Amino acid sequence: MEAMLQPVADLFGPSWPAVWTLIKIVAIVAPLMGAVAYLTLAERKVIGYMQVRIGPNRVGPKGLLQPIADGVKLLLKEIIVPSGSNKGLFILGPILAIAPALAAWSVVPFSEGLVLANVNAGLLLLLAITSMEVYGVIIAGWASNSKYPFLGSMRAAAQMVSYEVSMGFALICVLLISASLNLTDIVHSQGQGRFHDMGLSLLSWNWLPLLPMFVVYLISGIAETNRAPFDVVEGEAEVVAGHMVEYSGMTFALFFLAEYANMILVSILTSVLFLGGWLSPFGFLPDGFHWLALKTALILFVFLWARATFPRFRYDQIMRLGWKVFIPVTLIWVFVVAVWMMSPLSIWK
Amino acid sequence: MEFKTFVFYFLAAIMVVAALRVITVRNPVHAALFLVLTFFNAGGIWLLLQAEFLAITLVMVYVGAVMVLFLFVVMMLDINLDRIREGFWSYLPVGALVGVLMLIEMVMVLGGRYFGLDAMPVPPAAQAGFSNTRELGRVLYTDYVYPFELASLVLLVAMVAAVALTLRKRRGVKYINPSDQVAVKREGRVELVKMAAEKE
Repeated sequence: MEAMLQPVADLFGPSWPAVWTLIKIVAIVAPLMGAVAYLTLAERKVIGYMQVRIGPNRVGPKGLLQPIADGVKLLLKEIIVPSGSNKGLFILGPILAIAPALAAWSVVPFSEGLVLANVNAGLLLLLAITSMEVYGVIIAGWASNSKYPFLGSMRAAAQMVSYEVSMGFALICVLLISASLNLTDIVHSQGQGRFHDMGLSLLSWNWLPLLPMFVVYLISGIAETNRAPFDVVEGEAEVVAGHMVEYSGMTFALFFLAEYANMILVSILTSVLFLGGWLSPFGFLPDGFHWLALKTALILFVFLWARATFPRFRYDQIMRLGWKVFIPVTLIWVFVVAVWMMSPLSIWK
Repeated sequence: MEFKTFVFYFLAAIMVVAALRVITVRNPVHAALFLVLTFFNAGGIWLLLQAEFLAITLVMVYVGAVMVLFLFVVMMLDINLDRIREGFWSYLPVGALVGVLMLIEMVMVLGGRYFGLDAMPVPPAAQAGFSNTRELGRVLYTDYVYPFELASLVLLVAMVAAVALTLRKRRGVKYINPSDQVAVKREGRVELVKMAAEKE
């Protein structure tokens, strides 16, 4: 690969590393945007079938061009800036929503060595970037200078800060047992152990010894991305569309893209941290990116399934679940895992 | 000019301007957002020093949590800036005194012979595989474990105090306990009564 690209590299001279990184970024973001577009279609189809409907089926064969039509529609619509709004921040809101959602992908490993930035403190960096996602929502809600967006952004701020804590504790358990913050190392640490030697790698992944943390992480992930049943931020029946009420056209589409990119991010992270990343579930099958894609798709299906199944939480019960259930459970489990690791019964030697 | 120097001056310039804007801008929400920008650039400068743990933690804790709550409060307050500015001239001497004292202290520490290049030589370049996070963790949990635990206790006490200060028993609040709701059995709510048919 390197030798093949040498003539191109000579053409660009010293700016080649920057150009090469840009190419890699495009290679990650372009398929991601495609995945986001078709996730919206999948969501409408899956929920449609669960409610005994057909879902979109008019644009293109079997409705397959629906996301393209939606995208074109949003691109061509006028962007309306409310006269009473704070104009600079009103435009900054959607930008701050999409930027962290894309930046977080820089440290996600897709396969052996297939990662944009193999950072040592990758997990910490991810936590830092994802903790900034809330700014887009808060700024959008405040800059709109309108009641419902403001209520929505207040809800978002409280909810995301609350669930970040339990998410962080779940991650502490993972990094305790893998003794690393590097996401590639975390995947490698799941490909060893007694079950792995028996050919059942499936059972040596983190989800089994950390089952409560796996559940907490997944539910906190749904809450962090403001998806149903935790979607009080944009609960239609209560605050119309929360922080997105005043947005139209492409500015609205950016919030939409950010939400779905975050959904895929949480799913791929759950696969990397708890479900063995690109490792194959059985010893006789080869590892590869397709396993990661499959696991991510499975968790995304759980996201859609939950949306079609559960009614929306009441706001005070969301707070109760976060602070009074998840945080005590995760705190105790961090302690349990630490003691387990130091005891003779440890399975992570 | 080396590329790294350029990055440093770029981050430092944005940071100084943003820090100045925090105290000069009229809107408190804008001030809070400029403070976020300042923290972010400070994190960038720490990254240049290969202190990635400190940099990421700064962004995670201050930008991701503290400033979010700060914004949360500032947005809901109706702050009258003109009333706050009224006392500007009367407070100026005290503020100036504190500022000058801090300036003198900083000059004494940074300009003195304790901090010069001869007293503190440039640390040797990090070897391959050096992890700032690992080294910090090792020192923090071995050599400095007691001060570290003590600091965490101080924080815990502050948290408990904050809760205790605002805690009050309110009467007549219609509070719903979700676990009671979940524990409800059919027998507690529905009673099936068998009665003979009544004839007119």
